[in-house]
Amino acid sequence: MRLSPQKSVADSFSSLAREDRSGFELVDGSRVAVVGGGPASSFFSFFLLKMAASVGLDIHVDIFEPRSFKRCGPAGCNHCGGVVSESLVQILAAEGISLPAQVVQRGIESYVVHMDVGSVDIHSTAGERRIAALYRGNGPREGGDSRWESFDGYLQEMAAGLGATVVRKLITGIDWREGFPWLRCADGETVRYDLVTVASGVNSNFMHMLDGLPEPLKSPQTTRAYVCEFHSTEEEVSRILGNGVHVFLLDIPRLEFAALIPKGQFVTVVMVGEDLDQELVHAFLQDPVVQACFPTNSTPCVCSCSPLLNLGARTRPYADRVVLIGDSGVTRLYKDGIGAALRTGKAAATAAIFHGVSKDDFARHYWPACRRIANDNAIGKVMFGTTAIFKRFRFLRSLMYRMAMREQEQASRRPHMSSLLWNMFTGSAPYTEICRDALHPGFAGNMILNAMAGLWPARRRPAQGPLS
Amino acid sequence: MSGTLGALYRDGDVIIREGEMGDCMYVIQSGRVEVVLSGEHGEQHLAFLGPGDFFGEMALFERQERSATVRSAGNSQALKVDKKTLLRRIGEDPLLAMNLLQIMSHRIRDLDAEIARHRETHL
Repeated sequence: MRLSPQKSVADSFSSLAREDRSGFELVDGSRVAVVGGGPASSFFSFFLLKMAASVGLDIHVDIFEPRSFKRCGPAGCNHCGGVVSESLVQILAAEGISLPAQVVQRGIESYVVHMDVGSVDIHSTAGERRIAALYRGNGPREGGDSRWESFDGYLQEMAAGLGATVVRKLITGIDWREGFPWLRCADGETVRYDLVTVASGVNSNFMHMLDGLPEPLKSPQTTRAYVCEFHSTEEEVSRILGNGVHVFLLDIPRLEFAALIPKGQFVTVVMVGEDLDQELVHAFLQDPVVQACFPTNSTPCVCSCSPLLNLGARTRPYADRVVLIGDSGVTRLYKDGIGAALRTGKAAATAAIFHGVSKDDFARHYWPACRRIANDNAIGKVMFGTTAIFKRFRFLRSLMYRMAMREQEQASRRPHMSSLLWNMFTGSAPYTEICRDALHPGFAGNMILNAMAGLWPARRRPAQGPLS
Repeated sequence: MSGTLGALYRDGDVIIREGEMGDCMYVIQSGRVEVVLSGEHGEQHLAFLGPGDFFGEMALFERQERSATVRSAGNSQALKVDKKTLLRRIGEDPLLAMNLLQIMSHRIRDLDAEIARHRETHL
């Protein structure tokens, strides 16, 4: 589309948004329902209303979320480790969304990678706290610390501030009449919408209700994570864990990875693995490397859950007048789910405002954002597979430790291994970029040199570094 | 507070210095910073910026030296936004640049008003 000199950019966007697209465009008075009230829902609503205002569209947005994020424990929780990645904190700031101190339980400046061969503290290259450890809800059952606010609640208020209505009702069904979706609420009310955005995550029953759509949407592959909270004092959590997330690469069968995240007076334990059960949780918590990182006065687990994680993209997270965002559609493998919520939420909002809400509109203007994440996840699977090989062999673990430790000690100009571990565990960079860094000739050369140094008998090596 | 993001700057700390090369911009998280420009007759005050305001964004779009010095006015907290992170994201989502353009557009508008005031006083 060419811009005529007399037309402003806003006018051009406006006319683009108002072009007739066979009844599938949003117009003044259109009603949009968002099922679920997590970050994907709030980001979608926020950007939809912001873009609508920029093109002069007056639309109505209802966010259906029966839970209040002001409540402690499972009733106000979205079952997640609660880390906002370094890149996401920066992107949110550039979007004009700053995370206030009362939402961020702890600003994270380093990741400590623990292995049986040693622990290495990898610091942010920015030299400042750019990762946020927070609670999606209002903290565990025994929380009740009024200083903090829920992250999901904060984002929801932000969307409400632009005009979204938060409806505290449970959706019990979705019907299809005369080409429009109708939502059924628990109180019996049914309401017609021009667009239904599903942001309820993979743990919600609403996903099964989508089976009744004219063209059913295939559910994504999932796995279970384990999240639990241990209570201590803020001073003890600071003393033992500092401002770092502690990641464990231990040779425990079926365990992909695990992390301890400091949050005020609590420590969140997150585990991801194959067929996670009590036996695996027990094996991890009893490991001496893990025990050494626990605050001495922590009480046993005060709140725990086993949420489902989305492992693969839906083949088609959209239909006419229906779009699935965040975990419900496509998310990043194991990491940065909130980042994926922002990407998919904003992409869906852009497609709806500037193009339309038909299946074809979403296929052309929303699916590319999802496909980028899905393709990146395919590389991510390879990277996690490689990490699993390193985790399995002590020689490779020592090599990983040696390289990262020396880079941190010598403040290396090209910290290949540190950067790779940092990006893998923080979720700050796409897996494609991590893979490209791992294939860098400098990294391979450095690895060969370190492997040879590791094989050289210790008595003939000059004394330097902890493994020498 | 353990929950704050970015780096803490004390009163008078220089965050960016005029003439230096930069590869990031900053977003103020809390407190206030002062933007100053060095001239023939010493330092000239340009503006005070507060929470949510950006500075140093010119470095993202051009490989030029910093055009002004920014220092903390009292204690402040500012978050660094890397050029690489931001440009990668703008590549995926060009609408992200709109937010920056709006702020830069406001600044041009303020400068226009400032120039108009300046001309009036000198006519």
